[in-house]
Amino acid sequence: MTPGAPIAAARGLCSCHVCQMVSRRTERGRVAHCPRCGARLHFRRPGSVQRCWALVIASFILYVPANLLIMMETGSLITYRKDTIVSGVVHLWKTGSWMIAVIVFIASVAIPLLKLFSLTLLLISVQRRSTWNPRQRTRLYRLVEAVGRWSMLDIYVVTLLAALVQLGSMATVKAGPAAVAFGAVVVLTMFATMEFDPRLIWDPLQKEEFHD
Amino acid sequence: MTDRTAQLIACHECDLLQRDIQLNPGCYASCPRCGAVLYRNATDSVDRTLAYNLAAAMVFIGANVFPIFSIEVQGDRSAITLFEAVLSLWDQGMRSISLLVFLTAMAAPAAELISITYLLLPLKLGKVPPSYPLFMRVLQFIEPWCMVEVLMLGVLVSLVKLTNNFRVIPGMALWSFAVLTLLLAAAAASFNAHDVWAQLDAKWKERVSS
Repeated sequence: MTPGAPIAAARGLCSCHVCQMVSRRTERGRVAHCPRCGARLHFRRPGSVQRCWALVIASFILYVPANLLIMMETGSLITYRKDTIVSGVVHLWKTGSWMIAVIVFIASVAIPLLKLFSLTLLLISVQRRSTWNPRQRTRLYRLVEAVGRWSMLDIYVVTLLAALVQLGSMATVKAGPAAVAFGAVVVLTMFATMEFDPRLIWDPLQKEEFHD
Repeated sequence: MTDRTAQLIACHECDLLQRDIQLNPGCYASCPRCGAVLYRNATDSVDRTLAYNLAAAMVFIGANVFPIFSIEVQGDRSAITLFEAVLSLWDQGMRSISLLVFLTAMAAPAAELISITYLLLPLKLGKVPPSYPLFMRVLQFIEPWCMVEVLMLGVLVSLVKLTNNFRVIPGMALWSFAVLTLLLAAAAASFNAHDVWAQLDAKWKERVSS
């Protein structure tokens, strides 16, 4: 299914982003509302690429302190450790908790990187109006959308440990500044994923250009 | 015009126009061009979603009232509930993290449970809840931020980390969160937004015309 495929926007039809109802938008440039739910109608998400870029760049910047600063401080009578995300994973691996090390590695290292690089790839390909393998690129977007939330894992672990292990000199766990930066990366990349309009991947197959 | 467009659906991922056909129970329609799932026809969608949702609401209360786990050091026992963990982090000065955990693990699931009940319970009783488009919108907005299953995994990871150094006693909320994860997944799988919109819309029009 290539050039001749019936595209809603090409026929002046607009699908509501809230209730999915398809309705006709008569005059271009005028504000239109969905007849069923009243949401504003857009052929494409307005400013999708720009906003997504802004959020992705902000996440790339915050990703640096998230990995360089301390995520968790663990103190007890005998030892005192300061761990970044990666050193925490390495410590888990060395102490024999391989399963947990792998889970934390996937959630805190692999998924954020996958999200940032996939979104960058998608944004560049959309801006170049690439027609390369749109189905695979849509699939990549779907994957990013589905796995993004799992990065929150480390935030929950730090919260639970820091709240529970407060035993004075016996043992304490403290959340470090990296937790804030990492939390921000997770939230910003989730917003970036929501801002990206996957229909833009398919638009280069059409002759017309659609906006708003 | 409205009659013709009413039977159309545009893929939300590639904007391909297609006819909206009636599906057999348990089937789903996918876009032939990009493969996105367009809509599903889950068996007894409204009944099942409502049942799972009400059960989840009860378990949700348990998950928040009881402690998740406690640790024992030299006879001293310290236990926390989820909300105590949020408060403790707030007091430690990590306010943004505390807020993030509160929103994604407590507020979002609560809002989701309330919205689904508010929408489906009247629908089941043959009524239309006032300002339903707003609640459908809230539901759609909140869904990606409800992270109970991630919290569940987080609880398990912390449990393993703690057992290295302490005697850990799992609490009621640990089991509640496990059950809640399953119930929310079941509710999400049987919820059919496409159909709920159509039903609410039809009922609303009926009421306006009579």
